[in-house]
Amino acid sequence: MAQARTDIGPPLYKDMLPPICKENYGKWRYHEIIKPGVLVHVSETGAKLYTVRAGSPRLVSIQFIREICDLADKYCGGYLRFTSRHNVEFLVSEEANVEPLLAELAAKKIPVGGTGNSITNIVHTQGWVHCHTPATDASGIVKSVMDELFEYFTTMKLPAKLRIALACCLNMCGAVHCSDIAILGIHRTVPKIDHENLHKMCEIPTLTASCPTAAIRPNPKLKSIDIKADRCMYCGNCYTMCPSVQIIDPKNDAVSIWVGGKISNSRIGPRFSRLAIPFLPNNPPRWPEVVEAVKHLVEVWAANAQPGERMAEWIERISWEKFFEITGLPFTDKHIDDFTLAQTTFRCTTQFKW
Amino acid sequence: MTEAKKTPLLDELEKGPWPSFVTEIKKAAANSPSAQDLLGQLELSYEDKRGHWKHGGLVGVMGYGGGVIGRYSDIPEQFPNVEMFHTIRLNQPSGWYYNTKALRQICDLWEKYGSGLTNLHGSTGDLVLLGTRTENLQPFFDEVSNLEEHPFDLGGSGSNLRTPSCCAGPARCEFALIDTTDLCHDLTNEFQDYLHRPMWPYKSKIKISGCPNDCVASIARSDFSIQGTWRDDIKIDQEAVRAYVAEGFDIQGLVIDKCPTKCMSWDGNELTIDNANCTRCMHCINKMCKALRPGDDRGATILIGGKAPILQGAMMGWVIIPFMKLEPPYTELKEFLEKAWEWWDENGKTRERIGELILRLGMRNFLRAVGLEPVPQMVNAPRANPFFFWWPEETVQD
Ligand code: HEM
Ligand code: HEM
Ligand code: SF4
Ligand code: SF4
Ligand code: SF4
Ligand code: SF4
Repeated sequence: MAQARTDIGPPLYKDMLPPICKENYGKWRYHEIIKPGVLVHVSETGAKLYTVRAGSPRLVSIQFIREICDLADKYCGGYLRFTSRHNVEFLVSEEANVEPLLAELAAKKIPVGGTGNSITNIVHTQGWVHCHTPATDASGIVKSVMDELFEYFTTMKLPAKLRIALACCLNMCGAVHCSDIAILGIHRTVPKIDHENLHKMCEIPTLTASCPTAAIRPNPKLKSIDIKADRCMYCGNCYTMCPSVQIIDPKNDAVSIWVGGKISNSRIGPRFSRLAIPFLPNNPPRWPEVVEAVKHLVEVWAANAQPGERMAEWIERISWEKFFEITGLPFTDKHIDDFTLAQTTFRCTTQFKW
Repeated sequence: MTEAKKTPLLDELEKGPWPSFVTEIKKAAANSPSAQDLLGQLELSYEDKRGHWKHGGLVGVMGYGGGVIGRYSDIPEQFPNVEMFHTIRLNQPSGWYYNTKALRQICDLWEKYGSGLTNLHGSTGDLVLLGTRTENLQPFFDEVSNLEEHPFDLGGSGSNLRTPSCCAGPARCEFALIDTTDLCHDLTNEFQDYLHRPMWPYKSKIKISGCPNDCVASIARSDFSIQGTWRDDIKIDQEAVRAYVAEGFDIQGLVIDKCPTKCMSWDGNELTIDNANCTRCMHCINKMCKALRPGDDRGATILIGGKAPILQGAMMGWVIIPFMKLEPPYTELKEFLEKAWEWWDENGKTRERIGELILRLGMRNFLRAVGLEPVPQMVNAPRANPFFFWWPEETVQD
């Protein structure tokens, strides 16, 4: 076997484009959504490219990849792409291939949708499948939520787009903090210190420096550290630096729900999601409380928003106090920020609603 | 092969209409002992509500510092085939476009060297291969980087440049105001050394969107967010506008009233836009893409500082260069990135992202270091707090 060639960079995208994309590169004129999950892009040259968007579980086997490659070979001249939200997009240049492709996808139970005013695939992280710091699983919750909200993937009957994201710990691999609804795994207890092994496995100065709230002090006597419990807010950063401060706590790890974030600049600008529900239990395999809560939020928004209003725009119009009233969610001390710059979220006007 | 364990909890996740990752793991498990053991270990996680992966552990391939993430089971006696179950990040082609030949080659190699499980894609953008043993890393990389057609390289992990990613761009989107796919490919190649050899205080990410819709969430997920934009007037095809209205489209309710700057008006026949007051939010163009198009003076806004909560709280990128023309060879952008990284590398503490460093040392210091002029587009409003610094040369020195 030859030696590895290093620093060759990624494969050239131009070699991955269907001929129609190369010929009309930069010449696309407009697009239409023909029906849920099917787009047509029309070029200045008159060329038409159909895109069939299908959901995937993100964690996929090579068998699945070969299966979608077979479909792409049969209907798309061997080309497909993936979206930033883990959907598969079949790039079809022959209109006649659209319906047969849809029929085969239906037969294989691969759902088509995620366009326009819909809920598209949930961006998520690794969870118990493959990461070392999760407070909850990722794929299992996503599967459960998408099963329940399935009709909103395959139709476009919502007032606007709705983007859901999930991260299994506060590292938030995946920018869940700017989503219409964000599902976030949280720890709720102070890490347990293994004084015996700590000095063998971890560098104490690095460990103390890793804590954003300065909760960690060296304990020279034990050649270890102490954690001031009243300062710790369970971020797990110390655990990331050192396995001897164990943050995972199956009795207390849980799920929180955040709302009203968005990324695009369309109308109101990008904004963070805000805490709606501080605690829901981790109940595998199907997390019924989480599924119920997400569904409730989607439905309350859908029933109350004006056409075209994203979750954030709806809340901005009605106010947060009305949001808690209409959703029936309790407002607690957890909803009031107490980290850095907390006061920027406090109300400094007498203008509010009852 | 380890005997197949019963997985009653995971089996529940094969029900329902959404495609199931459990079914995917089972498919892989038919040929792969490690996928089989992954299933067993995951079932146990579902029973006792905790992950069973140990902390990292350094593994990699020759000549690289990143691209592979070490993963070891904390219960190898029960699940020997996932004792090691490392992740390989492969650098995806720009915009996640593939031909099937390229994907099939990866499948074949991953069948030979790995568990047969993948993520398409990880949220950094890479094509993520889940689960292999240390001794397979080098042979896999030797082969994948020597493929005759479409060879692949590793992506980034560790304190380095993470794999840049970009939106669908001009190959498939009429909104693309810059060539996202080309720019992403060009920058990735230009900065190979930073990508593969961790040497910075912490990670640094670049994400590129062709327009302010920001389909790759660059503002929230990258230290350097590049978003296409324009400076001149929105192009209106009045005929096409009238056609929308004739078809019953609610132009007043869905477009005019929803324009955030209230700079549009419709008199029943003509659409007028006061372009000087338009903030180029894209709303009207999204809604009427047959009739409205962005102007021709195109470039990008560069935002800096986006990151997730660890350490000092989540931040969104803020405007640092309101407008930059972006054409190959992208020299101005590359020079800016080099200067910004150099300043960060010199001044940053371990695990301090560039945005956090700018907040700690003040934006004026950063602007001076990289030679940028302050402009009002960088802030929502000027400061309210009266404690501010002067440079020595701005006051009279004795
Ligand atoms: C304490 C700091 C962090 C550590 C130790 C850490 C560690 C990791 C690890 C081990 C993975 C790989 C998971 C796997 O594939 O098994 C990962 C993935 C990732 N991380 Fe982080 N991370 C940290 C902070 C962050 C932050 C602040 C961000 C975002 C700004 C981020 C974004 C990501 C993304 C996007 C992925 C890819 C997830 C995916 O595959 O979908 N990480 N991180
Ligand atoms: C452009 C910036 C500012 C200007 C021009 C300004 C001006 C003033 C003036 C004229 C007064 C006196 C009012 C009076 O009693 O007649 C005052 C009082 C005060 N200012 Fe400011 N101020 C500024 C910013 C700030 C900031 C940033 C803070 C706090 C962080 C602050 C805190 C106060 C306080 C606490 C008082 C009341 C002092 C007292 O109890 O008498 N000011 N300010
Ligand atoms: S969010 Fe946390 S637990 Fe989940 S993959 Fe990222 S680092 Fe791991
Ligand atoms: S969990 Fe976070 S806050 Fe608590 S001690 Fe560790 S680093 Fe500090
Ligand atoms: S960011 Fe803009 S240019 Fe890129 S795919 Fe999205 S809408 Fe198109
Ligand atoms: S781009 Fe946005 S701000 Fe500009 S005219 Fe259209 S809706 Fe108004």
